[in-house]
Amino acid sequence: MKRILSALTVGAAVVTGSLSGAVTPAAAESIKIGFLATLSGPPAVLGQHMRDGFLLAVKENGGMLGGLEAEVLVVDDELKPDAAITKVQGLLERDKVDMMAGVVFSNVMMAVYKPIIQSETIFVGANAGPSPIAGKGCSPYFFSTSYQNDQNHEVMGRYASQKGYGKVVVMAPNYQAGKDAIAGFKRHYTGEVVEELYTKLGQLDFSAELARIADARPDALFTFMPGGMGVNLVKQYSQAGLKDLVPFLSTFTVDETTLPATKDMAVGLYSGAEWASNIDNEANNRFVRSFEAEYGYAPSLYAAQGYDAARLISGAVEMAGGIKDKKSLLSSLAAAPFESVRGDFRFNNNQFPIQDFYLVQAVKGEGGKYVTETVQKVFDDVGDAYAGSCRMK
Amino acid sequence: MSITLLAVQTLNGLQLGILLFLIAAGLTLVFGVMDFINLAHGVQYMLGAYLAVAGYQLTGSFWLSVILAMGAALLFGLLLEVLVFRHLYDRDHLDQVLATFGVILFLNEAVKVIWGAAPLSLPVPELLDGSIQLMENFAYPVFRIALIATGLSVALLLYVLVTRTRVGMLVRAGATNPEMVAALGVNIRRLFMLVFGFGAMLAGFAGIMAAPILSVEPGMGDNLLILAFVVIVIGGIGSIRGAFLSALIIGLVDTLGRSFATDIARLLLPPDAANDVGPAIASMLIYILMAAVLFFRPSGLFPVRGA
Repeated sequence: MKRILSALTVGAAVVTGSLSGAVTPAAAESIKIGFLATLSGPPAVLGQHMRDGFLLAVKENGGMLGGLEAEVLVVDDELKPDAAITKVQGLLERDKVDMMAGVVFSNVMMAVYKPIIQSETIFVGANAGPSPIAGKGCSPYFFSTSYQNDQNHEVMGRYASQKGYGKVVVMAPNYQAGKDAIAGFKRHYTGEVVEELYTKLGQLDFSAELARIADARPDALFTFMPGGMGVNLVKQYSQAGLKDLVPFLSTFTVDETTLPATKDMAVGLYSGAEWASNIDNEANNRFVRSFEAEYGYAPSLYAAQGYDAARLISGAVEMAGGIKDKKSLLSSLAAAPFESVRGDFRFNNNQFPIQDFYLVQAVKGEGGKYVTETVQKVFDDVGDAYAGSCRMK
Repeated sequence: MSITLLAVQTLNGLQLGILLFLIAAGLTLVFGVMDFINLAHGVQYMLGAYLAVAGYQLTGSFWLSVILAMGAALLFGLLLEVLVFRHLYDRDHLDQVLATFGVILFLNEAVKVIWGAAPLSLPVPELLDGSIQLMENFAYPVFRIALIATGLSVALLLYVLVTRTRVGMLVRAGATNPEMVAALGVNIRRLFMLVFGFGAMLAGFAGIMAAPILSVEPGMGDNLLILAFVVIVIGGIGSIRGAFLSALIIGLVDTLGRSFATDIARLLLPPDAANDVGPAIASMLIYILMAAVLFFRPSGLFPVRGA
C-alpha cells in the first residue's frame, strides 16, 4: 500500500512539475536532461535503482544542477533497441534536451549511441559500457560514470589468481554478454578453467549445472548471472550445500538489486565491483544514508552510478558557468569536477573512468538490510583495455 | 562422467518435469475441456507465487500462506473468468489470444506497482529445509523431493477426479458435446467456470511450490508458459495423462541435454567449437522433439481417447 501511495505522489509530482514547467516562461537558464533507463520487464529494478540515484542527486541540490533549474525527462527504453531509438529521437528533436544520460543495457546503448553523439548532444552513460564505444568508436560527447563492461569480470579473474585457485568452473548464459564475461575473467586468470558451462538465457533451474560443478570439484566457481537468473542460481547453490564447499565468485549476480530476494542464502558470496556501501568517504556515507531515507531500500552500484552521473553534470555545469558554451562544458566534464561516491575518479582518454575495483561480499548489515561491502582492493586506479584504441576526433 | 552423476541428473530431470506438469495440468484442462486458449495461465502462476509471499509476510507460516494463496488464486481466477474470459468462449482463438495477452501485460504491471520490480522470495519451510547427501560434494534438498511427491499426488488426484467422479464425467461430456450436456439440464457455464477456477488454482499452486526455489519477480511466468505449451502439444491437448508423461519426457530431455550435450559434442569437435555447439543444441532439443512429434503424431503422443 505504501508503494501505491508513493507511486501516486510521484505521479502527482510529475504532473504538477510538467504543468508548472509549461506555465512559467524560461525565466532563468535551465537544463533539460533526457534520462533513458529500462523500467519495464523483469530487469526494471536495475533501471529503477539508476533513476532513483540520479533523481536523488537532483533533489539534494534543490532541483538544480550546477545552479540551473533541472528538468529530467525519464523515459523507459523497454529493453527494446528499436523502441529506444524512437524515444531518443523524440527527446532530441521534440523536447530538445540539452543532455542525455542513463542506459542500463549494452544492446540499447549500441542502438542509441550513434544518433545521440551525431546530434552533438552530450551523453553521460550511467551503466552500459560496451567495448566499441570505449575503443574505436569513442566520442568527445560521451562520458561514462560506470565502467567498461569487461572490468568487473577482470576483477574476479585477478582475484582468483591472487588467491591461488588452480582450477575453476566458469558459467554464464549463452549470449554475447555471457561470452564477454568469460573472456574478461580469463584475461587476468592464470589457472586452469576445467569446465565452461553455457546456460540458456532466462534459465530457471540450475540443478543439472550444479551437479556438474559438484562433480568437477573445482577450487572456485566464476559466474555471471544477471537478474532473476542470478536469484535462482544463488538460492539453488545454497540449497544444494555448495556454498560452503566451492567459493562463489560472481559479477552482476549478487548486489542490492537481488539481495532482497536471496537474503541469507547470498551472505558470504563474492562479487567484483567498483562500488560498495561501505566505501568510506564523505560523499558515499551521505549518499547511502539519504538514499535509504528517501526510497526505503539499500542502493546498489547502479544507483551509485546514476547518482555520480547527476553530480558530474552538476559539477561541470557549474564549472563552465552554464551550458551555452559547449566547448568549455565538454572540457569541464572531462575534468570530472565532483567528489565521486567511490573515492578516486578521473577520466581516461576515452572518457571512461580510471578508478579502483574491489572484491565485495554480501553481508547482513545494521537493521537487517542486506548489502555488499568491500573485502579488498583488487585493482588500483585502473583504466580499461580498450582505451588504447580510442582516438578522439 | 560417472554413474552417480547420471543418476543425479535423471532425478533432476524428473523434478523439472514434475514442476512443468504442475503448470501444464491446469493449462491442458482449460484448453482441452473448454477449447479456450489461456495465455494468462503464466501470470496466474506468477500470482500464486506473489500471493504466497504476501501470505507469508502476513502470517509468518509457510503452510498457512499456502492455504491462503490457494484460496486467493482460486478467487482471483473466478473473478477473471467473470470479468474477462467468459465473454470470450464463443469467440475464435485469435480473439482469445489477444485478450489473454492483454491480461498478461496488465497483471505483470500490476504486480510491479504493488510489490515493486525487485525479485522477492519465499523461504523453504523448516520441516523441509534439510538435504540428503546424494554424491560427494552435492546435497539434494528435501524440498525438491517434496516437490516431486506433491506433483505425483496432484497427478493422481486429477486422474481420479476426471475419470472416477461425477463432476469429472460431466467435464468430459461437456468437452465432447456441450449442447447435449446443457440439454440434459446441466448448467454448462457454471461447469466451465468451475473448471477454469480449478485451472487457475492449479497454476497458482505451481507458483507457490516454485517460489522457494525460483525467483519471484514480474514476468516469471512468461518463459514457463511457452514450456507449458510445448508440454501439452507433445502430450496431446486436453489429456492429463499426456501432460504428465510429456512433462517428464521434456524434463529429462532438457536436463540430460544441458548436462551432456557439450561432452558429446567434444567427442566430435574441437573444444572451442564444442563449447558453442553443445549449449546451442541443448537449448533446441525440446523444440526439435516437439517438431518431430507434430510431424509424426500431429495430435500428440497421448491424445485423448475418442477425440
